[in-house]
Amino acid sequence: MSRRFLLRAEYVFWLLPVLAYFVFGENLALLSQIAITALFVLSLDLILGYAGIISLGHAAFFGLGAYTAGLLAKYGWGDPLLGLAAGALVATAAGFASSFLVLRGSDLTRLMVTLGVSLMLFEAANKLTDFTGGVDGLQGVEMQPLLGMFSFDLYSKTAYWYSLAVLFLLFWLARRLVRSPFGLSLRGIKQNVTRMPALGTPVHRRLVAIYSIGAAYAGVAGALLTQTTQFVSLDVMAFSRSAELLLILVLGGSGSLYGALIGTVVFMAAHHFLADINPQYWQFWLGAALVLVVLFARDGIMGMLRRLAGAQ
Amino acid sequence: MPPVLQTRKLSKKFGGFVACNAVSLKIQAGARHALIGPNGAGKTTLINLLSGFLEPSAGEVFLRGENVTRLAQHRRVKRGLVRTFQINQLFAEMSVLESVLLSTCERLGLGWRWWRPVASHVQAVSEATELLASLHLLDVAQEKVRNLPYGKQRLVEIALALASKPQILLLDEPAAGVPASESRELFERIARLPRDVTILLIEHDMDLVFRFAERITVMVGGALLAEDVPEVIANDRRVKEVYLGEAQDV
Repeated sequence: MSRRFLLRAEYVFWLLPVLAYFVFGENLALLSQIAITALFVLSLDLILGYAGIISLGHAAFFGLGAYTAGLLAKYGWGDPLLGLAAGALVATAAGFASSFLVLRGSDLTRLMVTLGVSLMLFEAANKLTDFTGGVDGLQGVEMQPLLGMFSFDLYSKTAYWYSLAVLFLLFWLARRLVRSPFGLSLRGIKQNVTRMPALGTPVHRRLVAIYSIGAAYAGVAGALLTQTTQFVSLDVMAFSRSAELLLILVLGGSGSLYGALIGTVVFMAAHHFLADINPQYWQFWLGAALVLVVLFARDGIMGMLRRLAGAQ
Repeated sequence: MPPVLQTRKLSKKFGGFVACNAVSLKIQAGARHALIGPNGAGKTTLINLLSGFLEPSAGEVFLRGENVTRLAQHRRVKRGLVRTFQINQLFAEMSVLESVLLSTCERLGLGWRWWRPVASHVQAVSEATELLASLHLLDVAQEKVRNLPYGKQRLVEIALALASKPQILLLDEPAAGVPASESRELFERIARLPRDVTILLIEHDMDLVFRFAERITVMVGGALLAEDVPEVIANDRRVKEVYLGEAQDV
């Protein structure tokens, strides 16, 4: 595969959401959710797909971003970009602080520590009803117009372009990051953590850095969800969100940025259509797809696409 | 001149087993020093202690007179102390060039750069390419490491260490599992390293050891048994007993 082909394919790829705006104009709220989820999946891809840090509690950072943006807007700081920055900042701080717990042990320890931290945050949000609204959710989130010009409309037009622009910008930064020497060293750590210190790499610091960056991305995604729906429900931090996230990434293909995006689109579309056909049992097909992917196409949809391209 | 690398009563216990027992060793700058001994003598454990891969149970390690006993492994690499592994520690899914770039980027202090792609860091790429050329690995530079034959993988193992431009190189059986013809070539490449690079070598092939080493240390049961120039070691009664004794067991 030549480099140029990839670039051309990338242009085509990013034209699709622009086309979708015109084709699925009635469903912009759903499309916004897809873009936000894609950013969230991307955040897990950075830490799991590239650095090999497994997490079952990534929704903690998503939730922190969501509540931060929500509370700011509720108490008068409703500027969207300010909310994004604050959401990123709080999530980064939490990611940095918890990284020292998470990075200690083996994969199983990491699963349990990430899960434990997110459960604690979930129950804290549940208990602090005065602050978060608890199970009723955070009401009264009032957003100011984006850049002082574009107010969030009923048809989610602003929400869609806003989410898409943030996704594109952060995707582009991630794309630079994974191709840089820093990104290469993360892949090295994932593939052989024993060897890296012998090459002079400060493994622990690199992992702290990427874990904090992953948390920041998740925080931005959470803040976006709050701002585009003007509401925060308690399930932003729920375990099911972390689990679903992992599922989407595996489906799409971890360790590939486009895998994260394609996995999200496929998952959300499947969710939408399967739930239409069979609202009660749609997860059956989801489970079946997951088992097939893990057993027969370990690098997910992206891996299958790559093999198809390679076979030609 | 003070020794470039020195240990003082260095010990390592695994439970009740003493893998390394009060080893006091001095390696002179520029040495071609071999470490020999029967299997289980503690040679690899000693390398693990010197490089910081393991923490000692007791004793100290000095690098150019400085106590580095508690210094992290990657910091010792930055000070020029670099090792290879007896069992390949490679990056199976990376290309040969990418693997070596991991090492050269780190040596050039580029490991935190996150903006420009790896390929645009010209000095790192040219250093890596030159090294691959000198090891006759240039034609497989774009191959994934896992697709290489074992002999070539062994060369990549050495390349990763050389890419760090070591001042002190600890080689743990570099030719293990490599066909004889290729191991000779490998040793010629190692022998061509500049004289100011200090080399400590673990090796079982006595032909290679006696051709390469100017000083030999013999280790048995976790402790040092003898150290001298090759001619003396070859005629040392105790050393002969150890090797003959082992031969008779087999």
